[in-house]
Amino acid sequence: MSMTDIRVNPTTRIMDATQMIESELEERYTQQIIRRFRKNRLAVAGLVVIILLIFTGLFAPWLTPHNPNEVTAVFSASPSTTHLLGTDQVGRDVLSRLIYATRISLIVGFITVSIYVTIGTILGLISAYYGGWMDMIVMRLADIFMSFPYLMVILVVVSILGSSLTTIILVLALFSWPTVARLVRGSVLSLKELDYVKAGVALGLSPARIMFSHILPNALGPIIVNATFGVAAAILSEAGLSFLGMGIQPPTPSWGNMLSDAQSLTVLTNQLWLWVPAGSILLVTVLAINFMGDGLRDALDPKQ
Amino acid sequence: MLHYIVRRLFIAIPVLLGITILNFCIVNLAPGNPVDMFIDPNTPQQLVEAKKEMLGLNDPLIIQYFKWLWQLLQGGFGYSFSSFAPVTHIIGERIGPTLMLTSISLTLGLLIAIPIGILSAVKQNTRFDYIITGLSFIWTSIPQFFLGLGLIYLFALHFKILPTGGMLTIGGDANFADRIKHLILPVSVLTIAIIGKKIRYVRASMLDVLKQDYLRTARAKGLHAFIVTNKHALRNALIPIITVFGMEIPLLLGGSIIIEQIFQWPGIGQLTMQSILSRDYPTLMGLNFIAAIIVLATNLFMDILYFVADPRVKYN
Repeated sequence: MSMTDIRVNPTTRIMDATQMIESELEERYTQQIIRRFRKNRLAVAGLVVIILLIFTGLFAPWLTPHNPNEVTAVFSASPSTTHLLGTDQVGRDVLSRLIYATRISLIVGFITVSIYVTIGTILGLISAYYGGWMDMIVMRLADIFMSFPYLMVILVVVSILGSSLTTIILVLALFSWPTVARLVRGSVLSLKELDYVKAGVALGLSPARIMFSHILPNALGPIIVNATFGVAAAILSEAGLSFLGMGIQPPTPSWGNMLSDAQSLTVLTNQLWLWVPAGSILLVTVLAINFMGDGLRDALDPKQ
Repeated sequence: MLHYIVRRLFIAIPVLLGITILNFCIVNLAPGNPVDMFIDPNTPQQLVEAKKEMLGLNDPLIIQYFKWLWQLLQGGFGYSFSSFAPVTHIIGERIGPTLMLTSISLTLGLLIAIPIGILSAVKQNTRFDYIITGLSFIWTSIPQFFLGLGLIYLFALHFKILPTGGMLTIGGDANFADRIKHLILPVSVLTIAIIGKKIRYVRASMLDVLKQDYLRTARAKGLHAFIVTNKHALRNALIPIITVFGMEIPLLLGGSIIIEQIFQWPGIGQLTMQSILSRDYPTLMGLNFIAAIIVLATNLFMDILYFVADPRVKYN
């Protein structure tokens, strides 16, 4: 017992010391990122909008003036004091539906991205780290998935599988991972040639440990940026699918399916409240996320 | 160079095969089958079975796949389930309008995005640069259908100077001016989406190049700023832009579905929607396959172009 204690203790103490220095450096590093991010006013504004939207989604039941699915006697009523943004063609309150639709967009955006970024990161890491036939297979798979025009293939698959929220998320993720895999592969290919990774190999660390705790943290920047833009893209895709009638099905409100009504010329000309608010909030959401992504890119990549 | 091209073509073969497999899998995920959908429920079961047998729907999937592949090798995609015309014929009729729409938008996008992007980079951090960057953010973030509807509202319904949709005025004489009028709105939506993204890309690529030492040298030896930017810098900045415009093709083909739906443009996007609604699997398979081939071919072409344009690219 005492023998091992003597042998282990000094090393652990050194490890502790280095870890302390490391965490201190890391803190300074994150502070630097936050400082650079805060300098970009548009990015901060984007972040604020996103936080507001998340709160809107979370507290939707308390914020809505009416039940979003409640059918009232007034169809297509123009905005009034009872219905601030009017009612739709079946007499439901537009504002309440807009608020509830925030949930769908945020769920689709965040969950889709977490799924495909995880898959893409793992495949990209493995592909670049092992190389050879593994790399060949993963990259050819990526090529195959990327050959299908994004919206077109998603539309076809969702229409075949039936459009539920889960299906939409899974299908969007299935056709989105290749970009992340390629991105991660690219950075890992250059990182794995660096001395500290070779040192890890020489120390006999397991490949999993080298990949996930040594290489991945250094490749994280571009992944985070890509994921942020990905949230915006996923939200737009869901809205597009719902607009075409192949996404979220009414009565569940989604900004996309609310805009779908405007395909009729009467709605487009005379009932602006049915489509302008939904389209504008979608634009603001996507814009906010893109601004934030841009700010993150500048903050995480000091080269620019 | 020939070595590189041949290698690149060889890599494309498994991808092409993969595309056919994935494409076949997608369409066969469908529960139920088209015969049950179309046939009157009172039809005797024997007739239904006979129809299924005729369409080859009773074969095991793998057999169906090879049958489809064999058909494909002979240059056909089979027959549409809804109109019974050959799929190649149906797609052939519709691909022209889509190609017209996308190629015009892509060309316009290039012609607008490259000069503006360069100017934005050269005038980095000026008011012009900020305005352009802000606009490009809005252009990339605006949903295509929202922009499309907004333009229809403004120009077709409010000002009544452009048609709401279609390719030609029905019953009108199909002259050039009429065609242009119908093109303006859909082309604008697609072009705006392209330039929004590309301006920032051209700007970033140009900024990268402008920082290089050889440009400082060129300026230091007294070359005119115009020549430095448009000859020395532009050449190198344009190389990565080639590939990025190539990457735009799948997005354009996908995006054309929404545009064609809004503007009732009779292209393959609209055909896709119609085939989805009528569960016309052979047409969907054909559409997906052709779209994938177009994408694969453009990528191949862009890679080779990149290789030719930039002698620094090595192959291994």
